[in-house]
Amino acid sequence: MTGTTTVAPTHCPYCALQCGMGIATTAGGPPSIEARRFPVNDGALCVKGWTSADLLRSPARLTTPLVRGRTGLRPASWDAALDLIAAELTRLRAEHGPDGVAVFGGGGLTNEVCYLLGKYARVALGTSQIDYNGRFCMSSAAAAANRAYGMDRGLPFPVADLRAADTIVLAGANPAETMPPFMRHLAPCADSGGLIVIDPRATPTAERAALHLRPAPGTDLALALGILHCVVEDGHLDQDYLAERTTGFADAWRAAAAWWPERVERVTGVAVADQRAVAGRLAGARNAYILTGRGAEQHAKGTDTVSAWINLALALGLPGRAGSGHGCLTGQGNGQGGREHGQKADQLPGYRSIRDPAAREHVARVWGVDPGTLPGPGRSAYELLDALGTADGPRALLVFGSNVAVSAPRSTRVRDRLAALDLLVVADIVRSETAALADVVLPVTQWAEEGGTMTNLEGRVLLRRRAVAPPPGVRSDLAVLHGLATRLGQPAERFPTDPETVFAELREAARGGVADYHGVTYDRLRAGEQLHWPVPNTDHPGTPRPFLDRFAHPDGRARFVPVTHRPPAEPTDADYPLTATTGRVLAHYQSGAQTRNIDALVAAEPEMFVEVHPDTARRHGLDEGDPAVVVSRRGRVRATVRHTPTARVDTVFLPFHFPGDHRANLVTNPALDPVSRMPEFKVCAVRLEAAPADGPPDEGRAA
Amino acid sequence: MSPRAVVIVGAGMAGMRLADEIRRRDPDGERVQVTVLGAEPGPAYNRVLLPGVLAGTMSAASVTLYPQGWAEDHHIDLREGVEARAIDTAARTVGTACGAKIPFDALVLATGAEPRIPPTEGLSGEDGTPARGVVAFRTLADCLRISADARPGVPITVIGGGLLGLEAARSLAVRGCAVTVVHPVGHLMERQLDTEAGAVLAKALTRHGVRFRIGRTAARYLPGDGLKLDDGSHVPAELVVVAAGVRARTGLAEAAGLPMAGGVVVDDTLRTAHPAVYAIGDVARHPGATPGLVEPAWEQADVLAGLLTGTDPQARYRGTTVVTRLKARGVDLTAMGETTTDPDDEIDEALRLSDPARGRYAKLVLRDDRVRAAIMLGLPDAAASAAYYYTNDVPVPEDRLAVLLGRALPPAAPAQDPATLADTATVCRCNHVTKAQLTAAWRTGAADAAELSARTRAGTGCGTCVPLLRGIAGWLAGREQEAS
Ligand SMILES: Cc1cc2nc3c(=O)[nH]c(=O)nc-3n(C[C@@H](O)[C@H](O)[C@H](O)COP(=O)(O)OP(=O)(O)OC[C@H]3O[C@@H](n4cnc5c(N)ncnc54)[C@H](O)[C@@H]3O)c2cc1C
Ligand code: SF4
Repeated sequence: MTGTTTVAPTHCPYCALQCGMGIATTAGGPPSIEARRFPVNDGALCVKGWTSADLLRSPARLTTPLVRGRTGLRPASWDAALDLIAAELTRLRAEHGPDGVAVFGGGGLTNEVCYLLGKYARVALGTSQIDYNGRFCMSSAAAAANRAYGMDRGLPFPVADLRAADTIVLAGANPAETMPPFMRHLAPCADSGGLIVIDPRATPTAERAALHLRPAPGTDLALALGILHCVVEDGHLDQDYLAERTTGFADAWRAAAAWWPERVERVTGVAVADQRAVAGRLAGARNAYILTGRGAEQHAKGTDTVSAWINLALALGLPGRAGSGHGCLTGQGNGQGGREHGQKADQLPGYRSIRDPAAREHVARVWGVDPGTLPGPGRSAYELLDALGTADGPRALLVFGSNVAVSAPRSTRVRDRLAALDLLVVADIVRSETAALADVVLPVTQWAEEGGTMTNLEGRVLLRRRAVAPPPGVRSDLAVLHGLATRLGQPAERFPTDPETVFAELREAARGGVADYHGVTYDRLRAGEQLHWPVPNTDHPGTPRPFLDRFAHPDGRARFVPVTHRPPAEPTDADYPLTATTGRVLAHYQSGAQTRNIDALVAAEPEMFVEVHPDTARRHGLDEGDPAVVVSRRGRVRATVRHTPTARVDTVFLPFHFPGDHRANLVTNPALDPVSRMPEFKVCAVRLEAAPADGPPDEGRAA
Repeated sequence: MSPRAVVIVGAGMAGMRLADEIRRRDPDGERVQVTVLGAEPGPAYNRVLLPGVLAGTMSAASVTLYPQGWAEDHHIDLREGVEARAIDTAARTVGTACGAKIPFDALVLATGAEPRIPPTEGLSGEDGTPARGVVAFRTLADCLRISADARPGVPITVIGGGLLGLEAARSLAVRGCAVTVVHPVGHLMERQLDTEAGAVLAKALTRHGVRFRIGRTAARYLPGDGLKLDDGSHVPAELVVVAAGVRARTGLAEAAGLPMAGGVVVDDTLRTAHPAVYAIGDVARHPGATPGLVEPAWEQADVLAGLLTGTDPQARYRGTTVVTRLKARGVDLTAMGETTTDPDDEIDEALRLSDPARGRYAKLVLRDDRVRAAIMLGLPDAAASAAYYYTNDVPVPEDRLAVLLGRALPPAAPAQDPATLADTATVCRCNHVTKAQLTAAWRTGAADAAELSARTRAGTGCGTCVPLLRGIAGWLAGREQEAS
């Protein structure tokens, strides 16, 4: 025990709850995590947060650029690596045009990096081909919220508001595992018997529920329509609210009317009595909320499914009312900010549309370029990956903060496409599965080593401070972009490396946009102000509850959207009789690139598994712990059988955190939502097989 | 090529659905030109929801199928209140009540069914239409007529204790009418239920204010007074609602000489014996479909739309797995499969649960782990999952009792008593902390729950285990005291 310990306030690097924590550093010793009171987590953390400092000094860290030679990836100097990338990008652009090079970003990157990445793509590369992994996460919720409210702010109220609720419906969310401290906000409601969980699986969250509805995978949309039916039939419609604050109920009702509760029961397997109970409890509550998660959203009809839940909330008069509402639970750390600042194919900073001439002009002015030079909208995430290396697709891809080799659907295809590129560049903190495929790998800083802002699930802008020095040889993403841009002839000052300078520019670019950050400054954040966007000017206190007076459409009203149920894109059949659904476990985060390098988390959840009902497993001759293969039309994933008596007999569950032959996404279906372009992660048809005795070797954890 | 002229006769659930499905595949009318003739006046509506209108829980406006102007916007020539009178299969025209002759390339009969009025004396007038005070239960107009008289306390008799009659009766009871159901057969819903289920159902509905005269036939209707039954007794009725079955509305088809079997016979392409004439919905007879349900009708519309537009020439209708579901508030009844034939003891497993006092009855017949037949009354969860297994041909879980009850029996409650909790039991799931780890932390100096938490992180995640953690701290402290 030597040296003085300093504790710097920071936030967890992982999920969108962005729990407050302290990072303690002692000269010579490894940094460690301390509890810190912050409104979203109240001093609590989950095991991922507690162990997050382990990755700072992990031997798995990349500390030098790597360039692929004849014998694989070899260490190289930064100059050599950046020069090589710039030369290749220049050549490929000359040969294939600006859209011959593409960029892929991530929802874990800071607002500053997201912003500069979008600018780099549109200005330095001039490419329209940029999208990010949030497409796999929040796009359906975002599209539905935009349609309904004219604004997509995940939770349009602070999480602590939930403590006063008497009824909360969680549709397709499992926060007890994905963001445990969030459960503290649900606890008062759960303790008084008001929590309703809608999930095909009996999750730890469902265990806390007074009512757990288990629709067949892919039928949540029908369920929401059935409940709406009960609301209408049982006289729970809030007529005054409909008249004053909404439009379009009649058409939405007409679409929903074809889904009467008994029909819905047939499709979902959820009893009419339960549908009616949900309607009654929501209507009878003083304060009621409907919250949606990936379970509702990650479908080829995810946007419509969220719209169906929003319609239900509107019919009951919940959104925009103090103490009630609807919101979506954002997943990734900066999933909210990441979708606001221009790394999405169709967006410019401030949540502006790239198709809107006024938006283009505003942003072009801030960037000091001619609006005419800004490209239009590009391909969405899966479509972009699917096009790589094809005749009219990009020849080069730069990946920041994403591990698409594991996280994108239909992994085999994605891997082939990545392999077909002339140039794959990956900036990461560890040698992720995607980095392992790259031609050039750039080692970058992570959370505690860099400054920047993050926007959490409630639209609260948070300051991430630099608390520890990065390992030697590592650069920030901003520095990487600076280096790449200047090598392409961009003026140095156009790509600053100081986060606060970048943020000052972001404030201008976002000014007057839907996600208006103009009034947010580092100084205000340093002073501890709680700022939820929009914050139009520096005197503005922020907007924790944006819809209390009006919604963001020009007429101030929320819109009902007529939606109707349709079956999953891939129905089960004799060859593929089971449904597979995918999701997360407590100990891991996303593709696991980070968490699979933390010993405590690996010990807790060491290997890929498949949850199967014991009867179904036995029918396949599979005992607890047996190796199995889950097979779809697109691939095979190896997993250890876990008998799960609470599982549905027709459904298996696969976590998506594991690499190699254990990637859940080897089997998932890339059928896309027509509006959000979200792939259908949550349902595909599979069959279960015993693993052949001498299967291919496992890739194990990320090296 | 000019678009194919399709004339749909009937603007009900099947006909409108077909028009809709055609436009889904051919939005601009490039392949198919659609004309729909609908005899009922006013906009098309959702017949399935009429019990709600009868109960007064849904308005007439809320059951219309399409907004005003929808047909026009979708290039559908919808003629409301226009009845087709004759088909000329040779000339390929259909004649309407107003004398028009509409040419077709394909004609679709979607004329549905009409109520059967029993031959009871006085129920129908000279011309066969219902007498004054007698209303069938089929159309929105019927519904509105009944509703007009259905004030609280008004005596109403429903003839027929089948699915429809019981839904009507229950709806009228919601309005507070004094409802009596007269049913000629020995038990209710005899086509779907066995005797015992029928009896339990009668009991359940009685609890909701419906009275029954079972095994009795109406002998005479006395307008304004009521019904005289075959045993000489009298049932008062200001209104008689007839729900004594339906027959397919086959007049047009019969006149055109198409083969019948209780309805117009169709093949897997929904074609009748005439190559240009099709039939769907209640009027059609397909070996795989139970007439009288919307599900087959909509599936047929789906197939036929693919065929008529040429977007799916291989589409075939193979039948529909039918589940019967009573829509009666407070009474959950579902039946599926061959419920009235006896299970074969050699190959079937039959389970039964009878709890008439609580209005519950379940019968489940399984073969090779699949649901062959089931009746579920008063067991909403079991009903929903049995129907799901049956429809999707999913093998049911080994835990038959759970299937019968609708949920797995709760596992023995996990011991939450700190003393008896196993050492290996996980106390804090968020941080993977076992009881043994907590005991160890105590031994190395933690003296209360807060210190246990600080050392092990137990309770620092979702917070659910905090009470248990406190209990364990108390138990550890007590044990220490005892030892000293
Ligand atoms: C709640 C939730 C549930 C989901 N459920 C599913 C599901 O069931 N099935 C499914 O397939 N998908 C699911 N998704 C979507 C999922 O696909 C994510 O969108 C996806 O995992 C993101 O993957 P990624 O590989 O891009 O990010 P991650 O797996 O998180 O990878 C991020 C990468 O960025 C690196 N990195 C982190 N910080 C930095 C930095 N500052 N600079 C550079 N690199 C950095 C990490 O090392 C890692 O390699 C879910 C998403 C969410 C949020
Ligand atoms: S992963 Fe999420 S819930 Fe867990 S500590 Fe980090 S921010 Fe909090």
